[in-house]
Amino acid sequence: MGSEEGWRGGGGRATIALRWGPLCRVSMAVFTGSLRSPRDAEAAGGAGPADRASKILCCYPVGIVDFILQIFKIPTGVKVSAVIMTTEIGSETEVKKDSEQLGPDKAKDKSEEASETPGDQKSRETSSGEAQDSSVPAPTNQSSPSSQKKEKSSSESKGISRFLPPWLKKQKSYTLAEPKDEPKKRATGEEQVAEVSESQAVEGVAQPRKSLEEATENRQNAKADDKEKHSVSSAEIQPSKEDGKETEVEEVAEKKEEKQEEKEKRETKEVQTAEIKIDNIPQKSPKKIKTVQCKVMLLDGTEYSCDLEKRARGQVLFDKVCEHLNLLEKDYFGLLFYENSEQKNWLDSSKEIKRQIRSLPWIFTFNVKFYPPDPSQLTEDITRYFLCLQLRQDIVSGRLPCSFVTHALLGSYTLQAELGDHDPEEHSSDYISEFQFAPNQTQEMEEKVAELHKTHRGLTPAQADSQFLENAKRLSMYGVDLHHAKDSEGVDIMLGVCANGLLIYKDRLRINRFAWPKILKISYKRSNFYIKVRPAELEQFESTIGFKLPNHRAAKRLWKVCVEHHTFFRLLSPEQPPKAKFLTLGSKFRYSGRTQAQTRQASNLIDRPAPYFERTSSKRVSRSLDGAPMGISDQSLVRDFSATGGQAAGDKIIDLEAAGQAKLKEGGREEDESPLKTPQLELTQDGKPPVVKTEMVTISDATQRTEISTKEIPIVQTETKTITYESSQLDGNAVGDTGVLVSAQTITSESISTTTTTHITKMVKGGVSETRIEKRIVITGDADIDHDEALAQAIKEAKEQHPDMSVTRVVVHKETELAEEDED
Amino acid sequence: CRQALRSVPGPEVDFARAEREHQLYVGVLRGKLGLQVLELPADESLPDCVFVEDVAVVCEETALLTRPGAPSRRKEVEAMKRVLESLNLNIIEMVDENATLDGGDVLFTGREFFVGLSRRTNQRGAEILADTFKDYAVSTVPVHDSLHLKSFCSMAGPNLIAIGSSEAAQKALKTMQQMSDHRYDKLTVPDDAAANCIYLNIPSKGHVLLHRAPEEYPESAKVFEKLKDHMLIPIANTELEKVDGSLTCCSVFINKASEL
Repeated sequence: MGSEEGWRGGGGRATIALRWGPLCRVSMAVFTGSLRSPRDAEAAGGAGPADRASKILCCYPVGIVDFILQIFKIPTGVKVSAVIMTTEIGSETEVKKDSEQLGPDKAKDKSEEASETPGDQKSRETSSGEAQDSSVPAPTNQSSPSSQKKEKSSSESKGISRFLPPWLKKQKSYTLAEPKDEPKKRATGEEQVAEVSESQAVEGVAQPRKSLEEATENRQNAKADDKEKHSVSSAEIQPSKEDGKETEVEEVAEKKEEKQEEKEKRETKEVQTAEIKIDNIPQKSPKKIKTVQCKVMLLDGTEYSCDLEKRARGQVLFDKVCEHLNLLEKDYFGLLFYENSEQKNWLDSSKEIKRQIRSLPWIFTFNVKFYPPDPSQLTEDITRYFLCLQLRQDIVSGRLPCSFVTHALLGSYTLQAELGDHDPEEHSSDYISEFQFAPNQTQEMEEKVAELHKTHRGLTPAQADSQFLENAKRLSMYGVDLHHAKDSEGVDIMLGVCANGLLIYKDRLRINRFAWPKILKISYKRSNFYIKVRPAELEQFESTIGFKLPNHRAAKRLWKVCVEHHTFFRLLSPEQPPKAKFLTLGSKFRYSGRTQAQTRQASNLIDRPAPYFERTSSKRVSRSLDGAPMGISDQSLVRDFSATGGQAAGDKIIDLEAAGQAKLKEGGREEDESPLKTPQLELTQDGKPPVVKTEMVTISDATQRTEISTKEIPIVQTETKTITYESSQLDGNAVGDTGVLVSAQTITSESISTTTTTHITKMVKGGVSETRIEKRIVITGDADIDHDEALAQAIKEAKEQHPDMSVTRVVVHKETELAEEDED
Repeated sequence: CRQALRSVPGPEVDFARAEREHQLYVGVLRGKLGLQVLELPADESLPDCVFVEDVAVVCEETALLTRPGAPSRRKEVEAMKRVLESLNLNIIEMVDENATLDGGDVLFTGREFFVGLSRRTNQRGAEILADTFKDYAVSTVPVHDSLHLKSFCSMAGPNLIAIGSSEAAQKALKTMQQMSDHRYDKLTVPDDAAANCIYLNIPSKGHVLLHRAPEEYPESAKVFEKLKDHMLIPIANTELEKVDGSLTCCSVFINKASEL
């Protein structure tokens, strides 16, 4: 317990480790089933197919129980796959509770209860919102739209738990909700999409949602100031508070923001779906989508432009860029936008772009975000190529200092990669001058480069790139993200965030270093940034070290970068967002992307012939010189706008906070859902037709994930067992059968010790729509958990909630902590 | 070197014996190990000139001529500069008058530098070193109780730090371990002075370690003798030690064939 991983940045939250004590993790079961659902059959106009058999697996000793319940609904017959996944819990009662939320009938009963407990309420709200979405696809029912709308808005402001449960029911009613209600013209892509697929019903749904959002927006604006205050104050409290206490208070404002974020997210998801649909059904695209033109400066100096729906999330743009680049191992990269020439911000994938950049121009820079410590472990040459391009920029701009000899050596590999073998005839004496190798390039250096170039004869471009990286990765500033700061005595220092931890520099000298395992917590308050450090060998107490950053935003930026680097390099999977308790202080921002471990895992699955790509000629480098290094060139563009950007700063903070929260949620979901699943979805989106993998995949991913944890998890040694039961019918289905994704959504609900994540996907396969519900319940505790009972309960409840669906698969993961050794 | 600076007054240096020891030292390097040894002319006006290590830090193709912390030693640099120039190294001179650096405070591990901040070496000197060797991390280590960082430690293998047992030495080691992304093995010897040894990786000879003789530091010598992969060469340094000289002080190793 108390492992170093326990810290959470800025939000003084109890650390997981502290809270959980000795960790025993039991990951539980996934069960998928298919049942006939009469309603669905109606909707599809078909006859129900046979039920799918359901199997259940479980067996676990102690600790965390992770169930995945997949509930599957198919056109004719309804197939329900329920995945019950891990939650942290001590007893199965919690599980019940959660599942109850899902139950439609029960939910209503509980609404009152819900209002009493704000935290729960919130999660319910969220899920209710989601539930509405899910309803979209099933158009059968009719209910008055206006009433629905009301409901939504009410849910927005108050937690309305009743919406949650009855997915099926709700669907109907929502479908009915008609456009009239909404005075607002829904011109957004999402809405359009909905239209395409489901016609009016969908539209109706979309409208209310939109109105909601608007409402939220307004509210947000109105409260912006308040919120900011809140967040600031919360931040202040963080550093000084005890871990335990920190967790407890949460601001209402934040809560709201979070909600809002949720909605936004939903929206974006829909947007994506919309795109897909459009592809599939090209004839229909009647409505205009509000789009914005984005420019992205790529690493090779070219510019990529595309039109984006105005409310698109960062992920949409990032995916587009990666697709354009034909890049699969994209987790190492990110998009930057500049507030001014100094301040670069990473675009948050899970958040709407517009909310992040505010009034800044839609200009972004594609950059390496996490420098892999060992580039040779990257799977594809194309990924290494982009890393090389980034490093060449870093070197030329002076961010990555090198000695003369190293400049020359790296330059020579660049020449080899871009020009091939040295050719005395073709490569006249001044051919090198066109290249830029160093910030201050001398004749002597160019001669040295040419001399070394001759020695690389025979190296292929990919080999030359690899050699380049092998040398570059040893540079002391490789992958170090520097931030200006002052120490407690006001002395100028630099804080460097890297794969291994936090480095403190004074001028060029390293004066201290805090490896991630040494750091218990990071936080910021106002413009101060704090790290809480594990006591040294003979010391008894943890110490907190503070640094002063130029301003609040810089402190926050640094904090975020730390959270992200720590998660990416140090953790196996993204940290769960803090539980949505009432009155919790602090940002809930978490890194929601894949970790290095996960991305490596995913990369292993890459199975494509090495993509052809053209190495931009060396001139690229010199070009960038002419103007300025890429990043800088757009900075100058941005500068014009910075004035406006600056004004919005206050709001933006809030906004960011909100984003963080949203991210938390999302991160939680992804995590809960098995980290690798999402990636696969992403992969499929690259170029191939959108495909949703079936539970099979999910399950195997989950398994892999846990396997990883047993082998590589740096934090805690655990033992994992995964058992999967599934119906044989499903198998065939799962493997090859892909359909068109109509919608996908994730709902997370949490109680004190349980997290239930529900992921619903709707797909169209051969004209038949299929609904799949996957529930993941994670139970964590340091006491024995009666897994069998918990699982049985979960299954029972799933069946009760979805009588028309069947459980097709149950997967149980058990994770037991073996030893509590702190690494390092 | 009879008038050499010394940190504590003590017995006179037996000059004759010191010379014998030094000749033995040179003889080992030249004769036994086959290194090309360039000897700088002795300069009686510079009593500390035998400690050449302090005036130059050479790494790969680059040599940094230092600005020794003791003003009386600054002139020593000139002779060194001449020799290094003849070796065709990239030479950087430390001209900043606020900077001081003794080579004895510079520990190069092969992956990074540690610079002791001592009475002889200051922050500015370390910064210039960092600017000179940009590829490497340069971390600073406070040194209080001894003359130089390398008074109690040195490299004893590719990844092996020899370290003395004193509290100060152990503390410095902790600092170094914390500052480094890399994990070094350590070889702890009972005597701080014995922790200063010379490790060489010579293609034809493999791992070579020059360490203090058993007659001087019997317990420490026993520790060295446990190193199985090394060719061990005990060398006495009794006389120069009286003026704070250690094994590494008397040479600068340059991985480059001289054309002289």
